[in-house]
Amino acid sequence: MPAEAPSRTKKVCIIAYSGELEPTWASMIIASTAAAMDMEVSIFVTFWGFHALVKDSRRLPGQNWMQKMLSVMQRPGISHRKLSKMNFMGMGPWMMFQLAKKYNVSRPKDLLDMCLELGVKIYPCQMTMDLFGLKKEDLIDGLEDPVGAATMLQLSTEADSTLFI
Amino acid sequence: MDIKLKVDASGLSCPLPILKATQGIKTLQPGELMEVVATDPGSVKDFVAWAASTGNALVEQDSANGKFRFVVRHK
Repeated sequence: MPAEAPSRTKKVCIIAYSGELEPTWASMIIASTAAAMDMEVSIFVTFWGFHALVKDSRRLPGQNWMQKMLSVMQRPGISHRKLSKMNFMGMGPWMMFQLAKKYNVSRPKDLLDMCLELGVKIYPCQMTMDLFGLKKEDLIDGLEDPVGAATMLQLSTEADSTLFI
Repeated sequence: MDIKLKVDASGLSCPLPILKATQGIKTLQPGELMEVVATDPGSVKDFVAWAASTGNALVEQDSANGKFRFVVRHK
């Protein structure tokens, strides 16, 4: 079954806005698969999605008590995302990860590593960084420089598909 | 058929068979063949889509005993 390569590289733009486990997982599955399909993928990470870009080991990022309170209420790091429903003080995500292990489903963290390996471009939102008081050293390696809404709109309007997750 | 690389994606769920195939094909030269075996039923259509998108040719595809086998030629 010979396949014909598409005439030009397709582009996918993902706006990763949500911070819970399931949307983070979905973004990572779609982004890594698109990159595996030789598509050009850019992810603009903003608002609650930003927790996924903070290093798992970083406990209380933030410059002032309000920003630090936010980090207490929602522990940052892609491996610490909570379920949007049935979180049950962490029991929900724990069961999800047990199921993922049993059925050989990749965790978001592994998929994020795969995304970076396959050349997915991840753009942190500068405004969210400022709002949460995050510095470059709080974030994982391999990210693009922080950008704003104008760059996101350029990425989105030039892409063949844009997903707001 | 001279299979250069065999990738076992048995037991793995979406999107791992596709990601493993991508990692595998990147180690091959143009024209070389890779065989992927998966058990994820979704991979049957996914490999057709992946091949169409990347331009790597899906030269053989069959299934037996709950295993799905794909032979891909590096573009």
